[in-house]
Amino acid sequence: MEPLMAFVVGGLYAAAIYLLLRRSLAKLIIGLILLSNGANLLIFTAAGLSRGAPPLIPEGLQTPDAVVADPLPQALVLTAIVISFGVLAFAVVLIHRAYEVVKSDDLDMMKDTDR
Amino acid sequence: MVSVALPILIPLVAGALSLAFWQSQIAQRWIAVIGTGLLLASTVYLLLQVQHEGFVVMHMGDWQGPFGIVLVADVLGAIMAVLAGITGFAVAIYSLGSMGDGHERFGYYPLLHLLLAGVCGAFLTGDIFNLYVWVEVLLVASFGLLILGGERAQMEGAIKYVALNLVSSLLLLTGVGLVYGMAGTLNMADLAYKFSQVEDTGMITVVAMLFLVSFAIKAAAFPLFFWLPASYHTPPVAVSALFAGLLTKVGVYALFRVFTLLFTQDVGLTHTIILWGAGFTMLTGVLGAAAQFEFRRILSFHIVSQIGYMIMGLALYTPLALIGGVFYIMHHIIVKANLFLVSGVAYILRGSYELKQLGGLYKSSPVLAMLFLVPAMSLAGMPPLSGFFAKFIIVRAAIEAESYWIVGVALLVGLLTLFSMVKIWTEAFWKPTPEGVAIIELPGMRRAMLYGPIMGMALMTLVIGLYAQPIYDLAEQSATQLMDPSLYIEAVLGDPASGLSPSERLIHDAAQAGEAAAGNGAAINGAAGNGMEGEAP
Repeated sequence: MEPLMAFVVGGLYAAAIYLLLRRSLAKLIIGLILLSNGANLLIFTAAGLSRGAPPLIPEGLQTPDAVVADPLPQALVLTAIVISFGVLAFAVVLIHRAYEVVKSDDLDMMKDTDR
Repeated sequence: MVSVALPILIPLVAGALSLAFWQSQIAQRWIAVIGTGLLLASTVYLLLQVQHEGFVVMHMGDWQGPFGIVLVADVLGAIMAVLAGITGFAVAIYSLGSMGDGHERFGYYPLLHLLLAGVCGAFLTGDIFNLYVWVEVLLVASFGLLILGGERAQMEGAIKYVALNLVSSLLLLTGVGLVYGMAGTLNMADLAYKFSQVEDTGMITVVAMLFLVSFAIKAAAFPLFFWLPASYHTPPVAVSALFAGLLTKVGVYALFRVFTLLFTQDVGLTHTIILWGAGFTMLTGVLGAAAQFEFRRILSFHIVSQIGYMIMGLALYTPLALIGGVFYIMHHIIVKANLFLVSGVAYILRGSYELKQLGGLYKSSPVLAMLFLVPAMSLAGMPPLSGFFAKFIIVRAAIEAESYWIVGVALLVGLLTLFSMVKIWTEAFWKPTPEGVAIIELPGMRRAMLYGPIMGMALMTLVIGLYAQPIYDLAEQSATQLMDPSLYIEAVLGDPASGLSPSERLIHDAAQAGEAAAGNGAAINGAAGNGMEGEAP
């Protein structure tokens, strides 16, 4: 499972970086979305994938009696999803406003502040 | 130990209160001043406590580290929090006189508080994922502040700022994920301990590069600084001053933290990269500034160039260099925020930031001219102001470390900084007012709100310069803690000398406590267990 996930994550990062390097604002946002999804999957994979081992401690014991799945990466991914959802929603509104103001989707038309 | 949480809680509560008084600008203004004032008081209290008692640690929700999230204030973190308090308080007062009605009505003050909460959280957390969360909190607030007003330049600047900062955050998240995969912990003290036990450190250095790139974007270090001069001159000036004082310094602080605590396995490689980055950052920043003729753009490029000095202190990685780096951060935040505040007054008096349209300010407002001269000369490193001692310590550390080329770069950049400051001085202050430029007079109350913070911060610049020894001692305390990660580990997790790793020891303790409690707790457990079984279908 891990090698497959590694390829998926690598593919997402590669696609994201390709899109980030384009001039179009819409592709920039899609690139950021892919990058955040790639990062989330990476956390999930890097922490180790395990199936059918819920992190529950049997009754009467203080520690789990067998190997269990690590619940923390899921909490991290959940937090990261919420955060990236918020900031990406902001970014989408921002490019919409920028498109209305600049009347262009092209980053090369947005050089006023660099002069 | 709740004092370490106060600098985060106070701005959060103040921000929530300002949201509750959305309709009333007067209430929001009062909350802004009182809230940031309380923040400053709480951070000063925290710094005094850290100085007298050592590390202040708080385990959130009473979950012991490394399992729960810990807040940790060491001397560096407390110093940074105090600087955030000073900048926040000064900017809040300045905003009363400079912020437009429209900005105030569309949530300027709540965002200001949220930004300060994020900044203080990033300075005081002891958990690497929590650091990411606080960085996102301050980023979201800064996005809102940056586009407040919605002009074309702001939109263009914001797109670059948002895109590059989001990429930086996602790189940080990637790094955090990989670190968790390797070490199975997120607590920085526990990570430092575990990394110190690893023999084959190649992978750790690889991940360190991810952190380096991510925080270097946030700190605006070469070659990743392009978002800063493209965006910092676009928002209202109080926002610029706040950003200039605090945001890049979060990146610098994070670099100081992770590259003294976590990633010291291969100092020869990582810190050499940082040193080269520092040299180029200084040089490109100051050359960029030399080509500019807009007040705030010159200052923005100088932020970049000054960041180079701070990370140079980190890169040399000797006790004296770290002292210099911390001293430089203290000096720089106050001076740079103050220069932006001065540029805002010049804008109000003349209606422009372009040096060509400015002029005659020395004649019409000599007090402002003097107040510009203090931070400007300090930035260039003139004795006896704060910048002189900051540069002196760093340069001396570089000579002792025998990195002579960086000494040359640092001194040359100091000279070019002086050139930029003199350019602003002659253009904006000395030359006669250009024809057709309206001269605006300030009413008394507004004058006090604008000049008060500038005077206060100029006074601090003087005090840091004239009484450098106590500030140096403070920086020395923080450098001592930074050079010896075992102090940090011990403060957060207890003594690692017992042979067990911190997390193992906690499990061990818990198991022992469990065995001890098993006898008298069995009946209760049994009852609870039966109850649960009874409810199960």
